[in-house]
Amino acid sequence: MSGANRIPGAGRLTPAKTARFFFDGKSYAALEGDTVASALLANGVHLVGRSFKYHRPRGIVSAGAEEPNALIGVERDAARKQPNVRATVQDVFDGMKVISQNRWPSLAFDVGAVNNLLAPFFAAGFYYKTFMWPKQAWKHVYEPQIRAAAGLGVSPTEDDTDHYSSRYAHCDVLVIGAGVAGLSAALAAAKTGARVIICDEQPEVGGALHYDKSVTIDGQDGYSWAQATAANLAKMDNVTVLPRTTAFGYYAQNFVGLNERVTEHLAKPDKKLPRERLWQVRAKRVIIATGAIERHMVFANNDRPGIMLASAARTFLNHFGVAVGKKVGVYTANDSAYEAAFDLKRAGITIAAIVDSREQPGEAVLAEARSLGIEVMVGYGVVDTGGKLRVSSMSVARNGGGSSRKIAIDALLVSAGWTPSVHMFSQSRGKVAYDAETQRFLPGTYAQDCLSIGACNGTNDLQATIEESLAAGELMSNASGYTAPEKLALQGVNAFSWTGGMAGAAEGAGPDTTVKAFIDFQNDVCAKDIRLAVREGMHSIEHIKRFTTNGMATDQGKLSNIHGLAIAAETLGREIPKVGLTTFRAPYTPVTFGTLINHSRGELFDPTRKTPMHALEEAQGAVFEDVGQWKRAWYYPRAGEDMHQAVNRECKTVRDIAGIFDASTLGKIEVVGPDAAQFLNLIYTNSWDTLKPGRCRYGIMLREDGFVYDDGVVGRMAEDRFHVTTTTGGAARVMNHMEDYLQTEFPHLNVWLTSATEQWAVIAVQGPKAREIIEPLVEGIDLSNEAFPHMSVREGKVCGVPTRLFRMSFTGETGFEVNVPADFGPAVWAAISERTEALGGCAYGTEAMHILRAEKGYIIVGQDTDGTVTPDDASLGWAVGKKKTDFVGIRGLRRPDLVADGRKQLVGLLTKDPAVVLEEGAQIVANPNQPLPMTMIGHVTSAYWSENCGRSIALALVAGGKGKIGQTLYVPMPDKTIAVEVSDMVFFDKEGGRING
Amino acid sequence: MLLIYCPYCEEERSELEFRQAGDAHIARPTNMTEMTDEDFEAFFFLRDNVKGLTFERWRHLNGCGRFFNAARDTVSDKFLTTYKAGLPRPDLSTLRPATEATVETYEATESNAK
Amino acid sequence: MRKYSVFAVAREAMRGHRGWEAQWTSPEPRKEYDVIIIGAGGHGLGTAYYLAKEHGITNIAVLEKGWLGGGNTGRNTTIIRSNYLYDESAGIYDHALKLWDGLSQDLNYNVMYSARGVMMLSHNIHDQQVFKRHIHANRLNGIDNEWLTPEQAQEFCPPLDISRTARYPINGAALQRRGGTARHDAVAWGYARAAADRGVHIIQNCEVTGIRRNPDGSVAGVDTNRGQINAKKVGVVAAGHTSVLMEMAGVRMPLVSYPLQALVSEPVKPIFPCVVMSNTVHAYISQSDKGELVIGAGTDQYSSYSQTGGLQIITHTLDAICELFPIFRRMKMMRSWGGIVDVTPDRSPILAKTPVSGLYVNCGWGTGGFKATPGSANVFAHTIANDAPHKINAPFTLERFRSGRLIDEAAAAAVAH
Repeated sequence: MSGANRIPGAGRLTPAKTARFFFDGKSYAALEGDTVASALLANGVHLVGRSFKYHRPRGIVSAGAEEPNALIGVERDAARKQPNVRATVQDVFDGMKVISQNRWPSLAFDVGAVNNLLAPFFAAGFYYKTFMWPKQAWKHVYEPQIRAAAGLGVSPTEDDTDHYSSRYAHCDVLVIGAGVAGLSAALAAAKTGARVIICDEQPEVGGALHYDKSVTIDGQDGYSWAQATAANLAKMDNVTVLPRTTAFGYYAQNFVGLNERVTEHLAKPDKKLPRERLWQVRAKRVIIATGAIERHMVFANNDRPGIMLASAARTFLNHFGVAVGKKVGVYTANDSAYEAAFDLKRAGITIAAIVDSREQPGEAVLAEARSLGIEVMVGYGVVDTGGKLRVSSMSVARNGGGSSRKIAIDALLVSAGWTPSVHMFSQSRGKVAYDAETQRFLPGTYAQDCLSIGACNGTNDLQATIEESLAAGELMSNASGYTAPEKLALQGVNAFSWTGGMAGAAEGAGPDTTVKAFIDFQNDVCAKDIRLAVREGMHSIEHIKRFTTNGMATDQGKLSNIHGLAIAAETLGREIPKVGLTTFRAPYTPVTFGTLINHSRGELFDPTRKTPMHALEEAQGAVFEDVGQWKRAWYYPRAGEDMHQAVNRECKTVRDIAGIFDASTLGKIEVVGPDAAQFLNLIYTNSWDTLKPGRCRYGIMLREDGFVYDDGVVGRMAEDRFHVTTTTGGAARVMNHMEDYLQTEFPHLNVWLTSATEQWAVIAVQGPKAREIIEPLVEGIDLSNEAFPHMSVREGKVCGVPTRLFRMSFTGETGFEVNVPADFGPAVWAAISERTEALGGCAYGTEAMHILRAEKGYIIVGQDTDGTVTPDDASLGWAVGKKKTDFVGIRGLRRPDLVADGRKQLVGLLTKDPAVVLEEGAQIVANPNQPLPMTMIGHVTSAYWSENCGRSIALALVAGGKGKIGQTLYVPMPDKTIAVEVSDMVFFDKEGGRING
Repeated sequence: MLLIYCPYCEEERSELEFRQAGDAHIARPTNMTEMTDEDFEAFFFLRDNVKGLTFERWRHLNGCGRFFNAARDTVSDKFLTTYKAGLPRPDLSTLRPATEATVETYEATESNAK
Repeated sequence: MRKYSVFAVAREAMRGHRGWEAQWTSPEPRKEYDVIIIGAGGHGLGTAYYLAKEHGITNIAVLEKGWLGGGNTGRNTTIIRSNYLYDESAGIYDHALKLWDGLSQDLNYNVMYSARGVMMLSHNIHDQQVFKRHIHANRLNGIDNEWLTPEQAQEFCPPLDISRTARYPINGAALQRRGGTARHDAVAWGYARAAADRGVHIIQNCEVTGIRRNPDGSVAGVDTNRGQINAKKVGVVAAGHTSVLMEMAGVRMPLVSYPLQALVSEPVKPIFPCVVMSNTVHAYISQSDKGELVIGAGTDQYSSYSQTGGLQIITHTLDAICELFPIFRRMKMMRSWGGIVDVTPDRSPILAKTPVSGLYVNCGWGTGGFKATPGSANVFAHTIANDAPHKINAPFTLERFRSGRLIDEAAAAAVAH
């Protein structure tokens, strides 16, 4: 037997299919298809959790996604612990471990419940008014205590071992919700041939048909009709049916996020399956068929375990075959709750009484109650309840006061009416309208191409819903050009109406001094808290929400918002629509981070870019550094070397013999066309007309505001063809910058731009023996100084493959940069590497490259400049064409502050103690003895130990730096002040002869 | 995620393929060096930052690579039209009114829900 | 104003909290005020409060289109820090930080300033260079900011993944211990209550539709949906809507408004002790006193006043967060939302006089305005009261875009080479 409260013959689960699960360590029986909630109720367990603030015992309120109370932890293993799971939507699987939350030491005896006694102190917003004295106590005493008390479940502490997946989908019609309305609409749409996706958050379609047994459609039992319809839809090629899939977010242009739960209900999921799947659907039209959510009644102590929504009790009975009690009371303000009493009564459960706050309930339900022998107390209210860990009694009194009668019960079904689920409509930025007659917010003005149908649109009658839905399905398909081959018709019968009811506090929700009549169960917000907020001047519903935290719990106010609003309106003496609704925001129900991330983790979080020679460098022992997305060889330590030793050796070797360096990450852009030179004249500060084919030039690029944007060497391959290089980090944005100007500002120029960064592998060979290294490998290019001087480029062959060979240097040594098609990079690298090592040279990494260039005073844009530096500041004024009448940045460069005296300028720094290496980023002052805050006049941009100079070197931006050469400045560090002398920027081979060697 | 019609590809594509590139119809002056500081400030820094119909540039970066212009309502984020770079501003009267069936923000409508 | 204290709360607890008075009133607007502040966010309400408290000007109206504190004040991720690079920025943010420390007592309203430390992660050598530059500059400016090794960073924030195999491994972090968070609503409410107590009129649901000028060009007042209101001085403190308002006075602004989204997870027991930011992977995160993880995203790429943004921004942010903190992959997003941030070309704010006499503007805070609230409000009040900037906000002029004297914190972070 799967629980004592399972009614034989009731429900749709198969008695033979059992499962066992553990709740707080105790084993329980369940049936396949049970939710944790239904299985616990079947076993008579109503106490499931504790509330957030007062730690009050709480049970199961609903049977669906709106559940505010029954939050549990589910543990599969140490890495797969899931907090805050709603017991009402989590399927039971065999061997499942469920734990209760927010209690210590146990669910039945929770020390935190002392808060309930202190409740008078913990009024809404009380923390804003206290904990201010003494000042330090907030940080050290109060806040830690508040934090410790906060939160519900416990965060996982290990990396999730489950995986998640993602799909993009397009369709003509997306139907959200697969109840009567959604299924009818999907059917009508599908018959037209339109591509349809229909999703529903529940494991099975049917929506309200799960509990409403009175429905027949075309003579068939409603629930069976739904399953059959879904099965038929699923067979159609143009339809995707997605159960267990919640539409959680409605974004611009009919872009809807769906969360499909794939394996969470399985005991032993196939490891290949994702736990959940994110669907990102772009729909031409969206049909919203999200139904309505029942509201609870707001009265004193309405939160005891065993008090639940009437429709939930029907679901537990009619779908799960579980009776929620043996002697059940009902407290309602509308007709629909009667149906729950009728169903239970027919199943043999005692109905203690139906307490109806209205003076005139519907005739039909009253008659039915009479015929079933159920006592109905018309014009009465439940003014209190009793029971510690489960409700044991309700006190009933005539509206308006008088003596109360205590009735023994073990469950109490409540219903204050139905709130149309306008969440998705509102997320689509549609404007809701208040329908005063039925006291509901309904879809008003649409902002996107969608349509609401059924209960979420305020349609009450089943047949009306069906007709509206069939029409909507067809209409929405028409938008994509599909038409219905024939008119569909369905006949629906039911006894159920969504209208009626009340919002706000019922009889017995006051007086405010003592009564706890809960609106928001999870956050322990009572009617009196709303009233207090209003008294304190919170007149906007957003203020009330934030002050009381009403609607801010994990259920985001699905039950509580309308009640809170109604109480606020009443207290303010305003009409409900004048007070306003709080905003509906995504997600509709909480979505796992892992689902939103899906594949974007680890390697797939962001691409890793590797040069063609990466594997060879790895084999050579390279240590890599991250530069943007790139992995670059940082240094090549040999056995026994630390980084410092390796880098020193590399630097020394390059200058003494030669080194080989992978420069493939540099951006490369092929600029081609009759107007190519003219284009570069506009993009760079220099002039390109005079550059002859076969020669290279260093160029600087500015933003329009005059600050240095990028730099690089440009080779002229032919009159109409340039090989442009950019910095590694600048490659993409420089390409975009050039395209922008070419396409939109200089479209008259006949030029094509092609990014070639990944087409060329670039191998720099630098050092006195550079020529000797490559000479035997090169064909068709005279490498002599005369034929191939510094800053030249030639085309020929290297190792038998085509090359663009540059004679250039970022080290100050004789240097070549061998560009070969990327696929040949490894072979050429291997050949050059072999030659280099044979001659005593070595491979060097980015660290040595940085030092070598700094020894020569070559800047790195982005390190020695920072977006506030002009060419003049960087001693690159020579590269700005003085005669040019236009280039990007020419005007920005002339603004008053960019030509003012005292700008920070790039200079060299030599520490007085040559052994001391400055720290990059360290600040420079003229007077180290001044008090804080000090006047800082610059900072160190680059600083290294230079093995070649036998001392430390540094570059720095210093205010008026060029005028301070020879002066002593200071770098105050935490433990000492370092004296430095300002110098020029060239530390090695000042004459520059080596480059022409 | 927006859906954007590229006037060159003649196709609606996901926003992921595009990069927004600031205001449209701000022509770079041909006489840059003769501009006053005020004019340069207006050209490079000052923006209308329109609440409502705006004309802006997009680039189909991960597509055809072309820059083009768009008329978009910054309140609803709806595109009214997109058009090729270099074309003049489209005639507003031929475009759908931006305010039709758009909601400024849900918050802003709270107090006047019907 | 009745003082808030533990004794007052206890007394009220005895009688059902029926004795609390309204924290602020909702008066009808007068025909004329000495000063009108447009925008009842933290910066605007704070400006009114400091005008009243420090400059003796109490005939003030703060006009708010919606509900007070409903703009970016009520939508941000509440990070507070002052470890900015440039003297100008450090000056104003640290002025704010000093005011944060003591604001609860000053306002008699617990704004829950929680100095639990803001840690900024460094992922590569370039980050390290930039952070060290900040740390050294901050130290000489008297602002705390310290370098942590990866191990120290993990010790400070245990959920942090410091493995070298992470896609963007961490090579260190900059920590400002005085940094932290505050309760955003309480800041707006605290200032509102304290300002109202000093006679300031806070007028909600009052949308400014025009800015009136005298024949000489100076400000005469505003038109609103509740009628004309006169004032000799008008301060615009309207964040994302600044351009719209300034246009009413004929002033074109160097601003673009972008959507900025944020999200919270379901609440869990304390797991995350501090604030962590990473510029390289674009993410920031803390845990609220209620237990939610509070996570900030980057802006969408297009200008917008919609207060919504794309799902891809949210997912990308979570990619980054879970790359840094893999243990959170099973946590759930409970709510996401959007605000409108006004961004200047140099990412620094404008707190200044304008070309229109009597019109002042406080804007351009971009994604980081909350942390500056008390400092910004304090010096803006000074600027309005004296018709001249305080020395702290003197550099944050409108004219800097003309002269080129930018305060470009973003450029100083530059880009990886």
